[in-house]
Amino acid sequence: MHESPSTTAPARALKPETLAKAPAIIAQYPQKRSATMPLLHLVQEDRGHITQDDMHWVAELVGVTPMQVLEVVTFYPMFRQSPIGRRHVRVCRTLSCALRGSYALMENLEKSLNCKRGETSPDGDFTLEFVECIADCGCGPVVHVDASMHENVKPEDAAQFTAHLKATLKDPSYGQNPPVPGTPEWNG
Amino acid sequence: MPAVERPLIYANLRKPGYTVDIDCYLRNGGYEALKKAVALKPEEVCKEVEVSGLRGRGGAGFPTGMKWKFLDRKSGKPIYLVVNADESEPGTYKDRQIIYQDPHQMLEGIAITAWAIQAKQAFIYIRGEFIHGAKILERAIAEAKAKGFLGQNILGSGYSCEVVIHRGGGCYVCGEETGLIESLEGKRGYPRIKPPYFPAVLGLYNCPTIVNNAETMAQVKHVIAFGGAEFAKIGIPGDSGTHIWCVSGLVKRPGLYEIEAGKATFGELLHDLCGGPLDGRKIKAIIPGGSSTKILKIGERFKGKLANGTEFDWAVEDIPLDSNSIAACGTGLGTGGTIVIDDSVEMIQALSNLNAFYAHETCGQCTPCREGSLWLSRVTKRITTGGGLETDVPLLLDIANQVAGRTICAHGEAVAWPVQSAVPKFKDEYLESIRKRQKGEAVPTLKLI
Ligand SMILES: Cc1cc2nc3c(=O)[nH]c(=O)nc-3n(C[C@H](O)[C@H](O)[C@H](O)COP(=O)(O)O)c2cc1C
Ligand code: SF4
Ligand code: FES
Repeated sequence: MHESPSTTAPARALKPETLAKAPAIIAQYPQKRSATMPLLHLVQEDRGHITQDDMHWVAELVGVTPMQVLEVVTFYPMFRQSPIGRRHVRVCRTLSCALRGSYALMENLEKSLNCKRGETSPDGDFTLEFVECIADCGCGPVVHVDASMHENVKPEDAAQFTAHLKATLKDPSYGQNPPVPGTPEWNG
Repeated sequence: MPAVERPLIYANLRKPGYTVDIDCYLRNGGYEALKKAVALKPEEVCKEVEVSGLRGRGGAGFPTGMKWKFLDRKSGKPIYLVVNADESEPGTYKDRQIIYQDPHQMLEGIAITAWAIQAKQAFIYIRGEFIHGAKILERAIAEAKAKGFLGQNILGSGYSCEVVIHRGGGCYVCGEETGLIESLEGKRGYPRIKPPYFPAVLGLYNCPTIVNNAETMAQVKHVIAFGGAEFAKIGIPGDSGTHIWCVSGLVKRPGLYEIEAGKATFGELLHDLCGGPLDGRKIKAIIPGGSSTKILKIGERFKGKLANGTEFDWAVEDIPLDSNSIAACGTGLGTGGTIVIDDSVEMIQALSNLNAFYAHETCGQCTPCREGSLWLSRVTKRITTGGGLETDVPLLLDIANQVAGRTICAHGEAVAWPVQSAVPKFKDEYLESIRKRQKGEAVPTLKLI
């Protein structure tokens, strides 16, 4: 099961755009409670993680108790309750990618990104994680960074890949553009 | 004869310059099948699908027409269509291509299916990691609505159907249809107990619901385009249409290969289309249809009789690529996610990798699955880190035997089958791995766990 500790730092308010999107999301569903996950995704896209106040907000909007929202947050690996680095680097660990070298890639990335798996680098730039299969198994090892999919990242390419990721820190459009088939980051 | 592909589902997206916008789809004959469908009565569309012999592409291979027949149409409750685009079975990456490169093909199938089963509301449950995929689908839905293919009064028929995209949260068990329904209701994705929760009777919001895989929807479009009887001629009796083989792992050209059911063998797929093993290596085993299907060891032989009376005597390479032939060899076509393992791989590490997956993904409701998956993972991890005992090998089988058939959902089988199939076939190699570590001898360098 997937637990993560809750944050204690005081959090800023959600952006007005985020608040404004909620009613239309809820209206899509025959029952309000179904909007729980989309609202949590919305919150996480705004702030990077989900706070207790956010869960109260979602609970009130969909008409359940905050505990019922917490149950959802703790069940799904994609939801998190504590902040992460500027880039979220997720290396696929499952068999097809492992056969193509994802464990060696992880070891090399731990060195080049300067953080262990499951941790954030001291400068706050990268959070590095192993994740399970992300449905791109023929192009392994694959690395999902924020909203971009990087395919065929070979263990020996870790340093070069790290340099690329560092460069993206200065690119506000990284991961925002629609994917273009045939380019190295097309799959999103 | 070398294997040839027959792209049906991938026909459009393989065309150079093909794009996801509706104009491109319309230029390539898009939404003609929907026009044909709404000119028919819903029952007639259901009949075409039944006659076509189409089987679901989500892994279980259940006949689609028969599933639609199970719908409770008398309850008076709304009927829902839920499209399973969770694509979470390791080794499987076929639905991704449809969503990212030809979304309208799937939407057309959804519109046809909604008409056939009379669902006024459809949901596409898409895996949370497909962030752009969800956006592409949202844009495509808006385009289709603007042209009258979805939404209110579809093609002037008076019939309406809304489609909503719902993103998951990175959880394998939400691909299981009842876990998916719970998740769509805004809860933890705990699979439901069947009976009474057969989706066709008590599904989403306890209303009759059809859950079909994303590719199944795309196939439905072709069933209507060809007509059921013509579609049934593609492939072989009992398994019609094409299968998309998602080959991954250790071959020269891993990738997606769309082949008419039963018209090629594993040997042809792996050697002709995928270019065979990497240089200097030999293929040792394949997991044929996604990580939950039972492993096949190169060198073993399968003898028996098919349901139609044909006797067979096959090596792994000879097995025809259709669901009945593969089932006759004690495993399954599943999702077509073939994972190839070669002689550089230590089999205990491959098993340990999968055990870790299932231990991570168990939802924890059933004791055998929750405890069994973690225990199996710990035992194989113990072996790979040097603390294994020879008694661990029979122990693995003993644990797996206590999981399968004793759980709420088929995740229990998914936990057990890799172990139950691999232990008898690779027992000697496992024992060798244990002994090597006890003696401090060198082990293969490729790390899988
Ligand atoms: C643990 C588990 C995971 C599953 N994951 C998926 C999945 O990701 N996508 C899918 O279409 N079906 C998945 N299935 C199968 C579904 O339960 C269901 O059979 C399927 O969506 C039905 O669609 P079909 O009849 O079109 O094949 C999964 C089943 C189990 C037990
Ligand atoms: S079999 Fe496993 S995944 Fe399925 S309901 Fe039981 S505990 Fe959950
Ligand atoms: S195993 Fe890595 S994407 Fe599927």
